[in-house]
Amino acid sequence: MSDTSSDQHPSQLLDRVVIRFAGDSGDGMQLAGDRFTTSSAILGNDLATFPDFPAEIRAPAGTLAGVSAFQVHISDHNISTPGDAPNVLVAMNPAALRANLGTLPPGATIIVNVDAFEERNLAKAGYEVSPLGDGSLSAYTVYEVPMTSITTEVSKDAGVKPRDAERSKNFFALGLISWLYTRPVEATVSWVNERYADKPLVREANLRALKAGFHFGETAELFESAYEVRPAELPPGEYVNITGNTATAWGLIAASVRSGLPLFLGTYPITPASDILHELSKHKEFGVRTFQAEDEIAGIGAALGASFGGSLGVTTTSGPGVDLKAEMIGLAINLELPLLIVDVQRGGPSTGLPTKTEQADLLHAMYGRHGEAPLPIIAPKTPSHCFAATVEAVRLAVTYRTPVILLSDGYLANGTEPWRLPDVEDLPVIDPGFATSTNHVDSEGHEVFWPYLRDADTLARPWAPPGVAGLEHRIGGLEKEDGSGNVNYDGANHERMTRLRAAKIAGIARDIPPTELDDPDGAADLLVIGWGSTYAAIAAGVQRTRARGHKVAQAHLTHLNPFPADLGDVLARYRKVLVPEVNLGQLSRLLRAEYLVDAVSFTQVKGVPFRAAAMEAAILELINGPGADAAAGGPPGPLPPTELTDGLLPDHGKVSQR
Amino acid sequence: MTDLAHARAEDHAVPVPLTTRKDWSSDQEVRWCPGCGDYSILAAVQMLMPELGVRRESTVFLSGIGCAARFPYYMNTYGLHSIHGRAPAIATGLAATRPDLDVWVVTGDGDALSIGGNHLIHALRRNINITILLFNNQIYGLTKGQYSPTSEVHKVTKSTPFGSLEQPFNPMSLALGAEATFVARTHDMDRKHMMEVFRRAHAHQGASFVEIYQNCNVFNDGAFEAITGKDHRADMLIPLVQGEPIRFGAEGQHGVVMRTDGTVEIVDTAAVGESALLVHDEHRDNPGLAFQLSHLAAGPTQPTPIGIFRDVDRPEYGTEMNRQVDQVIERRGAGDLRALLRSGSSWTVS
Repeated sequence: MSDTSSDQHPSQLLDRVVIRFAGDSGDGMQLAGDRFTTSSAILGNDLATFPDFPAEIRAPAGTLAGVSAFQVHISDHNISTPGDAPNVLVAMNPAALRANLGTLPPGATIIVNVDAFEERNLAKAGYEVSPLGDGSLSAYTVYEVPMTSITTEVSKDAGVKPRDAERSKNFFALGLISWLYTRPVEATVSWVNERYADKPLVREANLRALKAGFHFGETAELFESAYEVRPAELPPGEYVNITGNTATAWGLIAASVRSGLPLFLGTYPITPASDILHELSKHKEFGVRTFQAEDEIAGIGAALGASFGGSLGVTTTSGPGVDLKAEMIGLAINLELPLLIVDVQRGGPSTGLPTKTEQADLLHAMYGRHGEAPLPIIAPKTPSHCFAATVEAVRLAVTYRTPVILLSDGYLANGTEPWRLPDVEDLPVIDPGFATSTNHVDSEGHEVFWPYLRDADTLARPWAPPGVAGLEHRIGGLEKEDGSGNVNYDGANHERMTRLRAAKIAGIARDIPPTELDDPDGAADLLVIGWGSTYAAIAAGVQRTRARGHKVAQAHLTHLNPFPADLGDVLARYRKVLVPEVNLGQLSRLLRAEYLVDAVSFTQVKGVPFRAAAMEAAILELINGPGADAAAGGPPGPLPPTELTDGLLPDHGKVSQR
Repeated sequence: MTDLAHARAEDHAVPVPLTTRKDWSSDQEVRWCPGCGDYSILAAVQMLMPELGVRRESTVFLSGIGCAARFPYYMNTYGLHSIHGRAPAIATGLAATRPDLDVWVVTGDGDALSIGGNHLIHALRRNINITILLFNNQIYGLTKGQYSPTSEVHKVTKSTPFGSLEQPFNPMSLALGAEATFVARTHDMDRKHMMEVFRRAHAHQGASFVEIYQNCNVFNDGAFEAITGKDHRADMLIPLVQGEPIRFGAEGQHGVVMRTDGTVEIVDTAAVGESALLVHDEHRDNPGLAFQLSHLAAGPTQPTPIGIFRDVDRPEYGTEMNRQVDQVIERRGAGDLRALLRSGSSWTVS
């Protein structure tokens, strides 16, 4: 298909572009977006993606409820967010247009599949008259492309039934956008050949549609020119484009390899965590054992049983599953065995918003068990960071013989970014340090094994999986006597054990890096501090305000329990502290409680990540006081070509000063 | 098999040492109520272990919550006393990853059939290599006397002063319905029978389910007296013996026959002739007849079959799980982390 890579057409250079593919749930928009992303990654762009789809697998066709979208931000420079507002919207039907119009800035480009704008679809989307003809889209550049009819037409003589041929229209859209942004389609052609190798008709229809879309762009003379986004200057290295869930799964495998512990995943399918199970179940060559349990409780129960037996026990879930696992987590805390609980957070409470992101499980992870039951909490900040965060979570679980909660979320899980591959040799070595011999002499002079005789430094107890003669021992959920581990109901002993368990977790602060702080000249007055997936939006918002001449510092927490040892000192250095979160203010509560800092909470819970513009506005509001116009916040002047130029009106959450 | 299991297997080049009951008893004081049926079950298990030719360090007793669940503390083996109802789930992860271990699950009627019902049926259908001992006393003992899922209907307890309203579970029927491959019943008044049933349960590859009628002398004393009492046992317990006609009574005067509709009934042996009696076959693939036998008595006040209802072969979960891992490693070679990270389409920035 060399004729699709011709470079004859004039093209204009762009530094960045945000494209949103939107259609019906069954239209294949996720696939189109994913393939476009892969091509852009291979071209060397920096990128970030945001798949945004409904909880229903196939809501009624043509309705607003069924709209599925994939947003991708490609750039010739370093970016962190999937973009606030699309420059281009591909709308495969009226519902897709209507559902996404609100996110478009004036001047944006809209490419519609005009064939879908007929009476029935318009009615389903709630349009009385077609928006294509009533002037309501005058603020945008609209291209009407008969995608369905061309797609059907090109496959007419290939033996494909028209109804089946029509299903390839996502490839037409992909071909068209590939031409418009000067992406080669070779990688997609190979992918189609491989993916549909045993379905020759589908393969043929998809390839013809892809080619037709590409050629349409070139020949229809609808578009003034094609555009080009040059490769970004990324640090040298080998890169892959990766989702958070895949990075988490690979992190688990890496931790298994680096610890020598066989990986056992006990889990129950739940959105948006299931892809971790899917990925791990493919990799049995690493000795990975995946167990799809009868329920969430059995998933973590089997994982804990595997840990007792000397495996790396892991369970993956989302909020509703964490609710159910709480009792088993408490048992693991009491047994002091390594266990990893991955919570891919989604909107709650209850079933909530299964496919939408939120970070509202922090206090649940922190306190969601009866009794004094502390455990370490780790949160990745970007999709690729899920890898390192997972390895770190396992390191703490194994070293300190404790369950650890890893708080990912729906945005990280499905979003992608280029990831510079680490050297395998540079990954931490995790030492299981199994007990091999008795560790105590009893009052009668016998060599015995005491399962709760702690390491003086880490306060961790010995891990003695069954199979070693002389180390037979019984442990359980009842309170244990300090040292011997025998059942003990004495009040003084319980107090000692409760404080020991707390001290063990608190002591981890000595074993983790200091606060990750970005304050270029150390002169900032305001600190923006976040955790988890808000990293991208906070970084973009901070960059924007710095470009306006403000001095703003950013700190980001990967370790949420315990906090880095220097965090109190860091917070004390700033007069104002802003805590943006996709919840109603959970980290801010912890910071206020722990450090008596007058942190200002900035929150939204819309099922989507913060926008950079909203972040900027919130920061400016804290600098200038309420009511100040964002643009008035700093010295006027041209903005550099970064994410500052999104041009979106602030649509931010509530800033509350307490 | 995990690396750990391999390492242990090498250690075991030395023969299993000879042991006595004392070697299998922990130093912890047994704290059941005086007269509890649990004592005789513990004794039967501790006396059986030296006969099984197994190692203490390769034996794990797991339990949930309840009186029976204290059992692991009294065995000088590895042990885990977990949370209510979840022992089969925990045992699943342990047994699947450590096929070198003997994993026993000790549970009660509330633990296994009420709060943990889901885990029990799934462990049975998956055929996890564990031996489940269900102490059925038809009452909640540890919480001091509420009715249980095996209590007879109309039972008056602390929580049902006007009588319970619920149809009880029949543990044998439940296990058979859950596709269990080994299903048996015994009782705490007959150590020899218990030991024999436990021995067979231990030998079975896959999930073994043993219900033990166990007397709670504090909250439900005499629940099984009508069938297990020494004086009337011969007329009230129906021993299931492989390959033998099913008959009972001091002179074998009663027997079991199958009706034309497939149900079973108790008859006078003399009236039908011995050749008309049902011959017990625990290896029968179809669980239908075993299910009929499990329904022969409406409760422990009528002649009740004891012994092994069913013992059939079916692939065991852990073995299959580990076989799959071994096959993939054989086909692809052991995993290479560096190659995994590059398994998608990667590109180089120079």
